[in-house]
Amino acid sequence: MDSKGSACSNPNPNPTFGPSKLMLAFRFLRALSIVHRTTPASSPTCRGRRIERAAYASMAYSAGTSRAWSRAVLRRLHHRARRRAVAPRRLSTTAGNRAEALRRLVPGGAGMDYCTLLEETADYTKCLSMQVELMQGIVDSASSNGR
Amino acid sequence: MSGRGRRITDEEINELVSRLQSLLPESRRRNMGRVSASKLLKETCSYIKSLHREVDDLSDRLSGLMVTVDSNSPQAEIIRSLLRS
Repeated sequence: MDSKGSACSNPNPNPTFGPSKLMLAFRFLRALSIVHRTTPASSPTCRGRRIERAAYASMAYSAGTSRAWSRAVLRRLHHRARRRAVAPRRLSTTAGNRAEALRRLVPGGAGMDYCTLLEETADYTKCLSMQVELMQGIVDSASSNGR
Repeated sequence: MSGRGRRITDEEINELVSRLQSLLPESRRRNMGRVSASKLLKETCSYIKSLHREVDDLSDRLSGLMVTVDSNSPQAEIIRSLLRS
């Protein structure tokens, strides 16, 4: 995994993809094609939301089940029919509520001890920025020519 | 897996927190220098929130591009061939 600096600080329009970025790209593009095939053209908002879910799903699948945040994302996605989109959890008192805001932002953050929360935050942030870079790259190449 | 009973050193915490600092993009790190852990956590929260917004925004843009992209363009062909594999 590329550890040199943040994705956002590299203005290179043609970033070289390491193996994990490539897997992320394949997964996401495959999910995009499914959304494209299965969403009627008349519902752009629905399509936008489906693309967003595809983004988080491919992020989580690429990270695998060894991360608490990716497991939490996949749980949330699979149960979304039964739950509200954002269900605030009561903070566990054993974990304490240090970094309350962070716990709400990182999937699965509510029940973690502080140390784990910091580790999960780092991994989640890295994967999230990679996903954003990927999506920006697709938007850029799709809108640059071929009009 | 609550972590109770495992002694976490301040050093470990500081290490993890400074790792978060290195993940922030250049624009956010620029005037930072050495900051307190709580300031860094706040900045990380702000960064994560902005990334969530970007995913949201880029999803909408991709949705719009899906219908308008010329299906005969080289980009479309590249995407099609990627999706076939």
